[in-house]
Amino acid sequence: MIRKLTLSALAALAIGVGGSAVQAQVVEPEIADVPFSFDGPFGTFDEHQLQRGLQIYTEVCSTCHGMDLVAIRTLGDEGGPHLPADQVKAYADAFPVNDTASNPQFIDAASGNPRKLIPSDHFPANNSMGAPDLSVMAKARAAFHGPYKLGINQFIHGIGGPQYIVAILNGFTGKTKDVAGNTVYENTVFPGGWIRMPPPLSDGQVTFADGSPNDVKHMSEDVAAFLMWAAEPHMMARKHAGFDGVFFLIVLSSLLYLTNKRIWASVKGKKTA
Amino acid sequence: MAGIPHDHYEPKSGIEKWLHKRLPIVGLLYDTIMIPTPKNLNWMWIWGIVLTFCLVLQIVTGIVLAMHYTPNTGLAFASVEHIMRDVNGGYMIRYMHMNGATLFFIAVYLHIFRGLYYGSYKAPREVTWIIGMLIYLAMMATAFMGYVLPWGQMSFWGATVITGLFGAIPGIGPSIQQWLLGGPAVDNATLNRFFSLHYLLPFVIAALVAVHIWAFHTTGNNNPTGVEVRRTSKAEAEKDTVPFWPYFVLKDLFALSVIMTIFFAIVAFMPNYFGSPDNYIMADSLKTPPSIEPEWYFLPFYAILRAFTQDVWIVQLAHFVTFGLVDAKFFGVLAMFGAIAVMALAPWLDTSSIRSGKYRPMFKWWFLLLCIDFIVLMWCGSQFPTALIGWISLIAATYWFAYFLIILPLLGVIEKPGKVPATIEEDFNAHYGQGEAAHPAE
Repeated sequence: MIRKLTLSALAALAIGVGGSAVQAQVVEPEIADVPFSFDGPFGTFDEHQLQRGLQIYTEVCSTCHGMDLVAIRTLGDEGGPHLPADQVKAYADAFPVNDTASNPQFIDAASGNPRKLIPSDHFPANNSMGAPDLSVMAKARAAFHGPYKLGINQFIHGIGGPQYIVAILNGFTGKTKDVAGNTVYENTVFPGGWIRMPPPLSDGQVTFADGSPNDVKHMSEDVAAFLMWAAEPHMMARKHAGFDGVFFLIVLSSLLYLTNKRIWASVKGKKTA
Repeated sequence: MAGIPHDHYEPKSGIEKWLHKRLPIVGLLYDTIMIPTPKNLNWMWIWGIVLTFCLVLQIVTGIVLAMHYTPNTGLAFASVEHIMRDVNGGYMIRYMHMNGATLFFIAVYLHIFRGLYYGSYKAPREVTWIIGMLIYLAMMATAFMGYVLPWGQMSFWGATVITGLFGAIPGIGPSIQQWLLGGPAVDNATLNRFFSLHYLLPFVIAALVAVHIWAFHTTGNNNPTGVEVRRTSKAEAEKDTVPFWPYFVLKDLFALSVIMTIFFAIVAFMPNYFGSPDNYIMADSLKTPPSIEPEWYFLPFYAILRAFTQDVWIVQLAHFVTFGLVDAKFFGVLAMFGAIAVMALAPWLDTSSIRSGKYRPMFKWWFLLLCIDFIVLMWCGSQFPTALIGWISLIAATYWFAYFLIILPLLGVIEKPGKVPATIEEDFNAHYGQGEAAHPAE
């Protein structure tokens, strides 16, 4: 990972702000590695974990966060939560298309009537609380830049987006303060140390049908895994293509090496010391 | 094509003769693919093929991406995600295009530094060198505009900063900037024209590549000794060369295949390694990201841009001499473009009569220092600009200019060159011995 550059005086000058750009160096808090089933070239998503994550997203996160780049139909895809077709349909049924809260764009503001538009089959957007959309959140945050800021360890751990999400969900200290009429919550991982999101998870908040552990630590990992899938739904297919491609290219390289050697043998003659 | 004496295409059958009389295209292809090539080329001569491959890869994947992409500020980000999610194999095509840019620049830097070491820029290959520099500039423009298209935070703020550089030109700068952007700030008009130009420029590059190849097929390839192929007769030329097909085609394909293995592993297993996570956040003109980072391939020149601050004496001198017309900001912009300009002028700045750095005992070390300098500049460009980084950048930037403007002209005068082999054949045989089959069967 190429190290982040800080917007320097240059940028400020270039955009015509002029004067001195006051810019503090971004200090990124250390984020612990959480081993996920999808880490590394051989990693795969755990279907059941993704299903638990979906449940947590639905029951907790979706209250404030939208996910409007992800299509509900993809919940049935292989390499994802892989829900059976009837469950996907039942899930989609929960979102009435002409519901003003989740689809304000379909309601004509002047008359208050639904517009004739093709409804989206995506998860609803949700701007009610000003919370960021979670569709690609797991790729929009990076936790790992090592070793020596080279970021090569991403090969093993990924960029650290899901780990960042786990860290945020577990980073609350319980302290709050008031900023301009809003309560903010202290979080050791969030840049600046204070976040507007209240601690979203509590132990035992979500009950899983299969009785999986539902403490904050386990739930945060489940939902982080789900968000990684949401951000990169074809990760498993991509890695699969990688193995096929790399295997093919190694064979091809070996054959080309031998061909090249054979062809040049007559030109080079016998090598003498 | 002029150049090294060799066999030309002779149409044999009736239809070949018929076509050859009307359009000698088969002859042109034959001469291109069978060009006599110095047989001592080493593994640093593979980057041309890698670059050609990159251009084709970028154009092919780019055309498919353009079928699904929407250049509109409200839709661009979602359309890229549509490619990643809904288009068949779209995630692979996009990741190849994204990382293809990185491979393209790794290859072009190795290609340029190979040319700098072996003196490939020297007479009679100056035109090849200049066209190469134009290709490099066009590549940078294309890559920059391509990075804006996904309309992420880094796209938007990178575009704002880079177009701001043109605003630094005294007097007319702000007008030029506005003309480039199509408005007072980066917006829909900017995105549309960047998309249009991002699609156009690769074809300009393709045309320049054709001229680049034409130029060095006229002069013949340089080679690690820098000694020219003997051209007095076909028989002598054949002692120094082998035809491009099959010898170098196979060698280059082997190298390309190895590089593709690594490339494919990165695309499949760590596709976002070279990217910025901030570009997965949709552009927001009201939220400046905590840091704005150029892509890695711009970092050395970004460091040069930042190196010349208000407190550097030469900046103050320029400011004084020009009655305040050239300020630190504009000086930085001039230095950045100047860094590429001095490299383009290398054919006329290098006074040494010896072409290859292999036989230049002093040059070798200065060149090695230039390579280190380039990496130091790249590192500086990636760091938070503290006073220390500022100093290192300034020293490194100074060396970059000194290498081309002082060291190259001086070395040719003071350096005592080593012994250069008389012919390519001699060099080749010194490596491989004089086998009985030293002449390739045609």
